[in-house]
Amino acid sequence: MRIRCPYCGERDNGEFSYRGDAAPRIAGGDAATPEALHDAVYLRDNPAGPIDELWFHAAGCRAWLVVTRDTRTHAIASVAPARAVARARQTGDAP
Amino acid sequence: MHFSLLSVLAQALRGQRGWAPHWRDADPRDAYDVVIVGGGGHGLATAYYLAKEHGITDVAVLERSHVGSGNVGRNTTIVRSNYGLPGNIPFYERSMKLWEGLEQDINYNAMVSQRGVLNLYHSDGQRDAYARRGNAMRLAGVDAELLDRDGVRAMVPFIDFDNARFPVKGGLLQRRGGTVRHDAVAWGYARAADARGVDIVQNCAVTGIRREGGRVVGVETSRGPIRAKKIALSVAGSSSLVAAMAGLRLPIESHVLQAFVSEGVKPLIDCVMTFGAGHFYISQSDKGGLVFGGDIDGYNSYAQRGNLATIEDVMESGMALWPALGRLRLLRHWGGIMDMSMDGSPIIDRTGIDGLYLNAGWCYGGFKATPAAGFCFAHLVARDEAHPDAAAFRLDRFATGHLIDEKGVGAQPNLH
Repeated sequence: MRIRCPYCGERDNGEFSYRGDAAPRIAGGDAATPEALHDAVYLRDNPAGPIDELWFHAAGCRAWLVVTRDTRTHAIASVAPARAVARARQTGDAP
Repeated sequence: MHFSLLSVLAQALRGQRGWAPHWRDADPRDAYDVVIVGGGGHGLATAYYLAKEHGITDVAVLERSHVGSGNVGRNTTIVRSNYGLPGNIPFYERSMKLWEGLEQDINYNAMVSQRGVLNLYHSDGQRDAYARRGNAMRLAGVDAELLDRDGVRAMVPFIDFDNARFPVKGGLLQRRGGTVRHDAVAWGYARAADARGVDIVQNCAVTGIRREGGRVVGVETSRGPIRAKKIALSVAGSSSLVAAMAGLRLPIESHVLQAFVSEGVKPLIDCVMTFGAGHFYISQSDKGGLVFGGDIDGYNSYAQRGNLATIEDVMESGMALWPALGRLRLLRHWGGIMDMSMDGSPIIDRTGIDGLYLNAGWCYGGFKATPAAGFCFAHLVARDEAHPDAAAFRLDRFATGHLIDEKGVGAQPNLH
C-alpha cells in the first residue's frame, strides 16, 4: 500500500502512523455528556468499504492527512491535508 | 466413529479406506432454540458446550464459508495463560485446563503440545514487569518461572544474547503453554458437537437479524430465514458488520494480522519463544516449518492480506533475535481479520437486545481462548448470566470505566 502525500508525493505506508476513523467527534465539546464521550472515544462504525481515516506522515513531512480508503481492497480514493478537511467542514466547501 | 488405537490400526490394515465424514453437512431447518452465527473455533466450541454442559442440542451453527476457513485456521497455534490482570487470569487459565483435557473430552487428536512459552526480556525494567506478571500468575495458581540469562541459554542457545541494542537478559517461562493443531480444534469441536445433535450448516451467510418487540426471533440467511429463540454471535473479524444488522455499534475496529511459515527444516526450536524488544513470536510445527508472526498491520482492514512494511518489520525483529533465520526461505504468509477492541480484551456479554448474545473483540488472542470462550459463552447463552470466569468481559465496561487493558495503551486498537 502506498499513500500519495499531498506534500511529498507517493510514499510507502511504513512511513505513516495511523490514528483510525476520522469521523468521531465529541458532540457538545467541553460540555459533552458522558454518553457522547463514550460514543466518540470507544464506538466505531468499522465499515467494510470506504472509510475516511487519519494518517500521520511521521517519517516524512509530519502532516496529518485524511485518507479515503476501501478497507476491503486497501485501494485509496483520495488524500487531503487534515487541516484542509477541517476547514472545509467549517465552511461547507470541498477540501 | 470412535477414535482409538484399535480403530487406527484397523484402518491401517484396510488402507485407510474406511473413514467416514467426521460430521454431517447439515441443511438448515426452519427453527432452532439457539442459532450460533459463525462456524469458527469459538462458535463450534460454544455449540459443543451448550450440548454437553447444558443439554441444549436444538442448535445450529451457521458458517458463511466452510468450517475452519477463518481465523481458527489462520493463527500461529499458540496457547498460553500468562496474563497479568485479575479479569483475564481465571479465564485464560480455564482455557489452559480445558486444552489439557480436550483430546480425551472430544476423542480427537488436536496435537496439544505443552512445549512451553518463553517470553524474553531485554532490560531491567522489563524484567521487573515480567516478574510482576509471573507473580500475579503464581498467586492465581498458574505456573510461571522467571529465568535468568543462563536459564534461557539452556533452552535456546542459538539466539543473539549479546545483541548490541537488545541483549537477552532472561525470560518468563510458562511450561504448560505451547501449541495446538488449529485445524484439528475446529474439526474436533465440529465432530463432537455434531455427535450431540448440533446442526453445522456451511455456506450459509447471515444477512439479517429479525427482531420483534425488542427481542430477536431469527436470522435471514443466504439459505432462507431461520427462526431462533436465541442468537449467539461469534464472528470475530466481522463482529461490527453482523452486530450492525441488529442496530449495534461496537467498541471494535477490524485489523489485519499476518502470519508466516518458513520452509520445513529439521528440529530447531522446541518451545514457543517471543522477542520482548519488538513484537515477534516463533515456534516450529511438526512438519518442520517455523511458524511466526508479529504486529498487526495497524490500519482498518477486511482484506485478509497485509502489506510489505509489516512483513519487513516482522523479519527485522526475527533477525535481531535469531540471526540464523536469515538462512531460511519464507514458504508462505497470509492474513486474518482481527476484532481489535478498544482495550485489547474481549467481550462475552448480552447486548441489550433480548435473546442476542455477543462473543467478540478477541484482538489477536482468540485461538488460545477457544475452549474457555465456548465454555463461558455457552453458559451465558444457556443461563442468561455471565460465567464467573468471564464476568469482566462486559460490553458496557467502556462506559463504566472498568477496562481490562493489559498493555495500558488506551483506546487505540492498533497498539494493543
